[in-house]
Amino acid sequence: MSRFAFKVDGIGFWASGLPGWEAARAFLADGTVPETAPRKPAPDLLPPNERRRAPDTVALAIEIAMAACRDAGADPALLPSVFTSTHGDLAITDYMCATLASAPRSISPTRFHNSVHNAAAGYWTIGVGCHAPATAVSAYTASFAQGLLEAVVQLADGAPQVLLVAYDAQAHGALGRISPSEGLLGAALVLSAGDGAPHSLALEAGSAEPPHDPLSARYAANAMAPMLPLIAALAAGSGQCELVAGPGLRLRVALNG
Amino acid sequence: MDVEQTPLPASLAGWECRNNRLAWLALQADGFVDRALAARQTYGAASVAVVMGTSTSSIGASEEAYTRLDPAGNFPADLARSIVHTPHSLGDFVQHALGLTGPAVTVATACSSSAKVFAQAARLIQTGVVDAAVVGGVDTLCGSVLFGFNALELVSPERCQPFDVARRGLSLGEAGGFALLERSGDGPRLLGWGESSDAHHMSSPHPEGLGARLAMEGALQRAGLTPADIDYINLHGTATPKNDEIEAAAIAAVFPASTWASSTKGWTGHTLGAAGIIESVIALLALEHGEVPGTLNSVTLDPLCGPQLRLENGERRCRHVMNNSFGFGGNNASLVFGQA
Repeated sequence: MSRFAFKVDGIGFWASGLPGWEAARAFLADGTVPETAPRKPAPDLLPPNERRRAPDTVALAIEIAMAACRDAGADPALLPSVFTSTHGDLAITDYMCATLASAPRSISPTRFHNSVHNAAAGYWTIGVGCHAPATAVSAYTASFAQGLLEAVVQLADGAPQVLLVAYDAQAHGALGRISPSEGLLGAALVLSAGDGAPHSLALEAGSAEPPHDPLSARYAANAMAPMLPLIAALAAGSGQCELVAGPGLRLRVALNG
Repeated sequence: MDVEQTPLPASLAGWECRNNRLAWLALQADGFVDRALAARQTYGAASVAVVMGTSTSSIGASEEAYTRLDPAGNFPADLARSIVHTPHSLGDFVQHALGLTGPAVTVATACSSSAKVFAQAARLIQTGVVDAAVVGGVDTLCGSVLFGFNALELVSPERCQPFDVARRGLSLGEAGGFALLERSGDGPRLLGWGESSDAHHMSSPHPEGLGARLAMEGALQRAGLTPADIDYINLHGTATPKNDEIEAAAIAAVFPASTWASSTKGWTGHTLGAAGIIESVIALLALEHGEVPGTLNSVTLDPLCGPQLRLENGERRCRHVMNNSFGFGGNNASLVFGQA
């Protein structure tokens, strides 16, 4: 299978207790954790009343996407995007299922249209006025690796820069005991290819090695935890990692600072 | 064949749910499973990707579990299977049902899902990740979409009438379909695709149809074709007042009178995440047989429609056909297919 070269132009990160990339880097460097952190991000892209009302996944995805674009100095209105999430918004799925079981005619139209897997992608493109393609994918425990693969494949197909946004949120209700996910965890990367792209990625047969970084240990209970070996390697600036890419499949990523 | 009466084989019992049953039935149709297994033999299981589209996947199983919670509030034992309560249920099922070991992913961009799978899979083939891909889409009716679309007041009280001046909304449908994409071969060609975002509203299209136009123009550009090269367009044509208004205007603005266009949702209903694959197959049948569908149930076209819009079925040799699929979140995809 093929190998791709890529560059990381910008990084956005947000997790319960580590609200930003600087906080994540400090934690990885010496275990420091901020004394207080908000329960969920409040991205200024959303109008104040929407910031409170926005589903957790939408607030999370927009916060990290904005941070990654800022870090890259990229115009968000121009970037094609790949949104990936294992479960989408489990709180909304729980609401939909519970309401359908009790009072189906009272389903909220807004929560229904927010229940689509591409809700975060939709709010993002609306918020930044982006007409470029946006997709929303899922691949169970391989959701991050498959999203990353699609992003680098879009680069190989000619896109100059692609935004990857990966996130999962807190599970709720009966569904949460079947599809568990704790807290909020997301990372966004602005990726590019071209001459001198230092990093490489290859899809290969085999299972990924178990994670051994402190972020993976801290956020193991969130469904997007399989992305964390790469996030930890990015904080270190170089190194290799293996990402779960499907049954019997892994992505090998080599970062060269 | 009845989806209610056709359980999955014992080896696939872990994926049992109504949506995956429909996927299983669709795999058996028209000899598709044999073609997919032949591709596995030719290229190797790891070199065939699975790229599936769906809007709600098997959320029907989650909805059912909530009606049968045990006294402690837990899922009943027969539904306590994580894989059927997550969007990738469909992609994971198809990958295992066909014994494939390459990349497998589920695209869930609402009603454009199973059009976008063609673009994503074509990129995987063109960039050398795989040699072939099984693409498709499956969506079954469930409480979420039945009550959700009613809450949005988008459902017609009568059979849907796409592009009719008196249209009152969509009719919901369910469907499953698949296609096998290969780098070369004797089948029809996927010549181009265009993807875009409206950047306007979560559940209402851009008022000037900007996203729809960008998707169609992108597909033409990638195919190296002009609007006059397109002989038939299978439109998104949901029969909601707004979708058909903007799509009719976009078609009238972009295409010459020689292009034929219709919505086939009068036959199928709006099959949501399966609409892309079902309507691509209808466009491909027009390409193969020269039998071009009109627009069922509709009587008087909205005056916004150009001469492209056709109510009656017709016959013409098609050189190139297009399929449009537009979804919530302002997510649009257009595909262009050509003769072998």
